Amino acid sequence: MTTTGILLLAILILGFLITFQIAKASEYVSVLKGEKKAFEQNNRINAFLMVVFLVLGLIGVWWCNKMLYPKTLMVQPSASDHGENIDIMLKITIAITGVVFLITQVLLFWFAYKYQHSEKRQAFYYPHNNKLEVIWTTVPAITLCVLVGFGLFYWFRMTGEAPQDAMQVEITGKQFGWIYRYPGKDNKFGKKYYRNIDEAAGNQLGLLWTDTTIVKKDKNGNVAGTAKLTADPDGFDDLIDNSAMYLVKGKAVKLIINSRDVIHDVGLSHFRLKMDAVPGTPTTMWFTPLYTTEEMKKITNNPKFEYEISCDQMCGNGHYSMKGIIKVVTPEEFILWRAKQTPAYVAAFPPQQPAAKPAADSATATGAKDTLKTVVSSHK
Amino acid sequence: MSNEALHGHSEVVTTHDVHHDEHHVHHHKETFITKYVFSQDHKMIAKQFLITGMVWAILGGLMSVLFRLQLGYPDQTFPWLEDILGRWAKGGKISAENYYALVTMHGTVLVFFVLTGGLSGTFANFLIPLQIGARDMASPFMNMLSYWFFFGGSIVMLSSLFIQTGPFSGGWTAYPPLSALGDASPGSKTGMDLWITAMALFVVSSLLGGLNYISTVLNMRTKGMSMTRMPLTMWALFFTAVLGVLSFPVLLSGFILLLFDRHGGTSFYLSDIYITATKQALPNEGGSAILFQHLFWFLGHPEVYIILLPAMGMASEIISINARKPIFGYMAMVGSIFAITILAFLVWAHHMFVTGLNPFLGSVFVLLTLLIAVPSAIKVFNWLTTIWKANIRFTPGMMFALGFVSLFISGGLTGIFLGNSTLDIHLHDTYFVIAHFHIVMGVSAFFGMFAGIYHWFPKMYGRFMNNTMAYIHFWVTLAGAYLIFWPMHYEGLAGMPRRYLDYSGWESFKHFADLNKFISTVAMIVFAIQLMFVFNFFYSIFKGRKVTTTNPWGATTLEWTTPIRPGHGNWPGEIPEVHRWAYDYSKDGRDFIPQTEPIGPNESHH
Repeated sequence: MTTTGILLLAILILGFLITFQIAKASEYVSVLKGEKKAFEQNNRINAFLMVVFLVLGLIGVWWCNKMLYPKTLMVQPSASDHGENIDIMLKITIAITGVVFLITQVLLFWFAYKYQHSEKRQAFYYPHNNKLEVIWTTVPAITLCVLVGFGLFYWFRMTGEAPQDAMQVEITGKQFGWIYRYPGKDNKFGKKYYRNIDEAAGNQLGLLWTDTTIVKKDKNGNVAGTAKLTADPDGFDDLIDNSAMYLVKGKAVKLIINSRDVIHDVGLSHFRLKMDAVPGTPTTMWFTPLYTTEEMKKITNNPKFEYEISCDQMCGNGHYSMKGIIKVVTPEEFILWRAKQTPAYVAAFPPQQPAAKPAADSATATGAKDTLKTVVSSHK
Repeated sequence: MSNEALHGHSEVVTTHDVHHDEHHVHHHKETFITKYVFSQDHKMIAKQFLITGMVWAILGGLMSVLFRLQLGYPDQTFPWLEDILGRWAKGGKISAENYYALVTMHGTVLVFFVLTGGLSGTFANFLIPLQIGARDMASPFMNMLSYWFFFGGSIVMLSSLFIQTGPFSGGWTAYPPLSALGDASPGSKTGMDLWITAMALFVVSSLLGGLNYISTVLNMRTKGMSMTRMPLTMWALFFTAVLGVLSFPVLLSGFILLLFDRHGGTSFYLSDIYITATKQALPNEGGSAILFQHLFWFLGHPEVYIILLPAMGMASEIISINARKPIFGYMAMVGSIFAITILAFLVWAHHMFVTGLNPFLGSVFVLLTLLIAVPSAIKVFNWLTTIWKANIRFTPGMMFALGFVSLFISGGLTGIFLGNSTLDIHLHDTYFVIAHFHIVMGVSAFFGMFAGIYHWFPKMYGRFMNNTMAYIHFWVTLAGAYLIFWPMHYEGLAGMPRRYLDYSGWESFKHFADLNKFISTVAMIVFAIQLMFVFNFFYSIFKGRKVTTTNPWGATTLEWTTPIRPGHGNWPGEIPEVHRWAYDYSKDGRDFIPQTEPIGPNESHH
């Protein structure tokens, strides 16, 4: 142990001993003074402290707000259209709960002070009053209905179908990073199958690039069946990227969210959105980015600003470092960026080699998951 | 059941005065083992639960201090940590693996072993027979088993801290696939098996206890003690037990399926998994990871009320006694507890708004979740009206009960944010959630528990706890709780995710470093003050001011009609008969009228 440690511990023990001695002494004093007198004195002090706590507490709330409000996202505009709705909802809720908070806390501590024990008074025998009960059942019920009403109005707007022309991006979580996939020119994602994943061969997602037969093995390594997979040409032009997700300002985007191992969560704090990435069950989320990354750098006055994707669901020891980046760019910049990308298939099978022959009917691929189809049908 | 006659101040109870007419004879001599260890006396079992719970609370609190140290001072090293913790803190820094183990254990221990076992185990055991007028629980033997299963679970959980691969580290909610796959996280190896075993034992304990509490309340009330004459503590503890009995089995079934997935090769929760670390695709297909979340939160949400209801019941009782006023709206209070119990089963999916849940289903859960705020609001307004025009004595119990109300309001209101799916999609799994549930079910349930301990300590040990230390304990804890958790709302509004080891690599969250340092410092001070409470507790057991009257608080309920140190069987003679409700304070010019006093001919009706 270091000296500071010992010193701290010594101070702690000393402080404790002093408190204990005072506490013991006060008990003796109360015996000398008479229990009644000691009780009255304690009561007065504590009643007074109740008001002190209320006043200091309210000042503290104000001060805390002054210090920390600028550090929240509420001083920045929302980076997505849905986020704007959420900000309105947040303000409505803060206003309503703020009023209730203030009234109830003031009453609680004020009553505690005002109705402290006094010999002269007797408490008022007031066991019930049905009218009052009805009032404070119906008023909160109506208020909450208002909140539910607003909330659900926005909720259905956000979770409704994405616009037909929305751009589609697939995001897949893994321990501990993100994989982004774009459908390529045909605007269709190729099928994939998780047993086909082969990172060494550049196939991070298990896309069906070639006709393969996968031997399924059980837990103990015994053969449990085979899966015949037919190559899916839709996937030949899919772009796969690990560095950043490129989105276009003002263009709706539908994220198709997957996980390769455990549950992750695509947390988009600046867009005010998040959605879990669940292995085996794709989820979706759509929104329209409103500001480019460059614009946001100016708005936040932070030249290092990035739209960060934070994993918001405990996913293992690297959870805290599972960061992704979203680059919101202008349509022109997006086209330029896109032109520079090579499809993952092309990278895995350089052009001089003849590509595997695309199969006619890929729907026969057993066990293969058509991400898009799954998403559409699960999202009616 | 045995009956002890207590004449005068017999401190050591060894004689049995057997009532041949009403009780079965049993002539055993109480030894140290039967009295203190394998006791079947509900009061001793309550104390066992309490002290085990306190040990767990210290451990769980210490864990939070350790991980707060990492959060507050991520760039510093503390060589003394390595001295104490060894490989848990190599080089004086808590590693990610151990940070997550600490976070997970802190959650598990405090939610289950302290605020469920320690809180309702203690007070349901202690108060139910005493307040309804029974000699003991319906089955004292089952009651004893309940404690020993709890103890067994505790030992297994504790042992998981010492194994090679470390304790479970995937969060107290134990979501698979992370909790199912040892290759995905070292904590999910043996640590998780021990975690499940400990939790299974805990569930057994909780069921044995709960069934006992329910049958005792329903069947063993003394003459005249109709259900509507019971103190609110009884209603609260009764519904707590109902919640536990109906929801814990679902949790256990979830755990058993998880165990099958871990070791039996089944695929209840697993599907389409490729483990990066081992470069292996798992054979499991067709499972649903979300199924576990449904099973977990079907207990998980009622669990919140399992933790809160006893605190609410005790706060109601203690506020009424020390306000010298009847609790306002007794029937509304009972009704709201009932409503909370029903609704508690219908809101679980509000923990799952961002799992890809069907939005329509989500909207139903939004409605039901916000509905639960109505009975909660009723309770708050009733407490406020109870202290209106009261004559308040600030006993330590009363102060903690008032603190409970304050915290319950603060934490309850932020629940309105999170229960609304539109806001949850922004605030889910951020520090806003941490602030919300720590205030509303962590600290406030602790306040209920402290209120109960200070208030019933004289009944438990025949002595008072030291008041000065109690007041210091109260003010520091209340101020500290707000200082720790209030600013966390702002971190949540900045989108700062929970369960992060270090925020310094994040442009979006790193500007809270100073605040994190502040929070960690306050957390350490508050923890130190809790140690003072523990000291006060044990010191007062032996050296506290002695109780000289049977009814030191001037309360109406039955436990204060027993001798100062009641023996096994509680009342030396006949069990008293009850003639009125428990809240006749300041009625007809009298300070209080005990429940045992018959209604007088001139008494006013209320």
